[in-house]
Amino acid sequence: MAVVSPPRPEPVARPKVNVARGAGLVAGLALIGVAVIVSVAVGAKDLPIGVVWDALFHFDGSYDANLVWDQRIPRTLLGVLVGAALGTAGALMQAVTRNPLADPGLLGIESGASAAVVVAIAVFGVTSLTGYVWFALVGAAIASVVVYLLGSTGRGRANPVRLALAGTVVTAVLTGIISAFTTMNARTTQSMRFWTIGSLINRGYDVLFDVLPFLVAGAVISLLLTRSLNALALGDQVGRALGAHLGRTRLLSVIAIVLLCGGATAAAGPIGFVGLAIPHAVRAVVGPDYRWVVPYSMVSAPLLVLGADVLGRVVLPTGELEAGAVTAVIGAPVFIYLVRRKRLGEL
Amino acid sequence: MTVTSSTQWTVRSRSGRISVRLHRRTVWVAVVLVVLCCAVVLASLLSGNYPITMPDVFRALGGHGTLQQRYFVNDVRLPRVLVALLVGAALAVSGAIFQSLSANPLGSPDIVGFNNGAAAGALVSILLLKDSSLASTGVGAIAGGGAVAVLIYLLSYRGGVRGYRLILVGVGVSALLSAGIAYLLSRANLNEMLNAQIWLVGSLNGRSWEHVWILLAVLVVVLPSAFLLSKPLLTLELGPDSATSLGLPVGAVRRRAITVSVVLSAAAIVCAGPISFVALAAPQVAKRLARSVGPSLSISALSGGFLLAFADLVAQRLIPGSQLPVGVTTLVLGGLYLGWLLSGEMRRGRA
Repeated sequence: MAVVSPPRPEPVARPKVNVARGAGLVAGLALIGVAVIVSVAVGAKDLPIGVVWDALFHFDGSYDANLVWDQRIPRTLLGVLVGAALGTAGALMQAVTRNPLADPGLLGIESGASAAVVVAIAVFGVTSLTGYVWFALVGAAIASVVVYLLGSTGRGRANPVRLALAGTVVTAVLTGIISAFTTMNARTTQSMRFWTIGSLINRGYDVLFDVLPFLVAGAVISLLLTRSLNALALGDQVGRALGAHLGRTRLLSVIAIVLLCGGATAAAGPIGFVGLAIPHAVRAVVGPDYRWVVPYSMVSAPLLVLGADVLGRVVLPTGELEAGAVTAVIGAPVFIYLVRRKRLGEL
Repeated sequence: MTVTSSTQWTVRSRSGRISVRLHRRTVWVAVVLVVLCCAVVLASLLSGNYPITMPDVFRALGGHGTLQQRYFVNDVRLPRVLVALLVGAALAVSGAIFQSLSANPLGSPDIVGFNNGAAAGALVSILLLKDSSLASTGVGAIAGGGAVAVLIYLLSYRGGVRGYRLILVGVGVSALLSAGIAYLLSRANLNEMLNAQIWLVGSLNGRSWEHVWILLAVLVVVLPSAFLLSKPLLTLELGPDSATSLGLPVGAVRRRAITVSVVLSAAAIVCAGPISFVALAAPQVAKRLARSVGPSLSISALSGGFLLAFADLVAQRLIPGSQLPVGVTTLVLGGLYLGWLLSGEMRRGRA
């Protein structure tokens, strides 16, 4: 009988390192603050920082102040929320599937949510966002189950390539369904255009408050799961030996992922590659420990989304480019780099 | 002269320098598909808002009958269904070559991003150069598709091209292109945008003889070189190392195959927009019908033509009063098929 060597206890991180990492998180939050200010100030009409400041703290009812409160602030807050949700969901997906290519967009979860929203608008005539959110959640859930089943049937576990291909296929089909509804009806095309590619334009506060509970619930679950995710990352056998409840962890992760992706997509449409690129970038800084990867992803992703949104406002002479298009430009090269790596190792 | 065995006929020229092996099953499948294609053509000529009886259709084809009948049969319905057949065939052959090349049933122009490349090129012509003539969009589409093909090839090349890497790199590049297309669309006014969007889904509305001649010309020029590729491609499916040791110039064959594949899909895209899934599904259907090894290009071409013409018929007649673009039907049909295919592949532990 082979002697099983006891699993090594988790290395206790040195207090100094933890302090540094904690400080990093705080710095990240401060950066979000800066990004928020920039995002409120920059746009079709650039506002000086002073004007923004006055609008925020000495509201005088001027046009600029109203612009700040009615347009820029909800849009900015939405960017923060959606970014945090997608970054967190990406980190979770990479942990659960142990797949470096996992991303809410690539694995078809966002297109599941979008397709459900489009069906809600076109077939059921749902017009309130409160209605969309539930459709989006159901769509996200169905898509994630289908992709996982397609990616994991047969021998062996779902390997990275299979899952990515399954996600690609499901995304392609759903895109077809979406374009079927949009081309059949020119009126809905205009109103649904932002669904086909993510954007933060013209969303009011109601959108924020409608999706907030879902996103908060998803985020809380994610943060509570981080220790178990570390156990998952060691592989099933070691994880079990460490006393982790693998099944429960996976189920809770999927619930969190669906809440985060469904909520984010309902609010802003599909925004790709954020959930893919951010956790990888974070890992390069803080290492593989999910107790740090998850909160760091939560804090860094909003920077990417806000940055993309601001860039999209600046890049066109008139009108705007959707945030989803800009994140693709930033995230797709990261994806290609990962694919090109010698061994598409599992996480 | 012919030599007959139980499953195949071999046809040789008198000198014996040229010989073609015909599998019986392939021949029968081809015959059945040709009959099906004819049936779809006939059904397309008969159906529509302007009722025409069968005898009248034949009379119109012969140049008789009323002016309206001649117009609807000869100038509206016939070119449309012919374009569908030819575009389907071009897409299917393009897909068959590419799937063989990437050794993966998912390696098709629409998944890998040629379509997006060609679409982006054509949109540059339509939206930026304000030139939506066939010649200009054609040049744009071929340039776009070709550039993307080269880019994907270079990006996925690491001491050889692995099938899945090619596909995933294609997915990444495709996403970049989608962003580019979104950028182009957001610069357009609403009217231009709607037109571009309909074009982007792929449609056969208002296709004329002009498109038929273009497609025919491309197919006549390119198909022979495609058929000449089928044997080298079959050898290449053994893997680059075995193929090299059998004396196959692997790099050259790959480049030729990619060129042929891109030209075919670009021609199809110029004439009907980037129609999805035909390139993906038809070669796989053909494989199962012909039970052949390697890319069965002739059967692929026939089944692609039939699929697209049939999908267009469904799209025109499915919802009375609304003309769905054919791209939508192919997406939904192809998508369902694709899921089935993928689950099958995975059960067998490939992909």
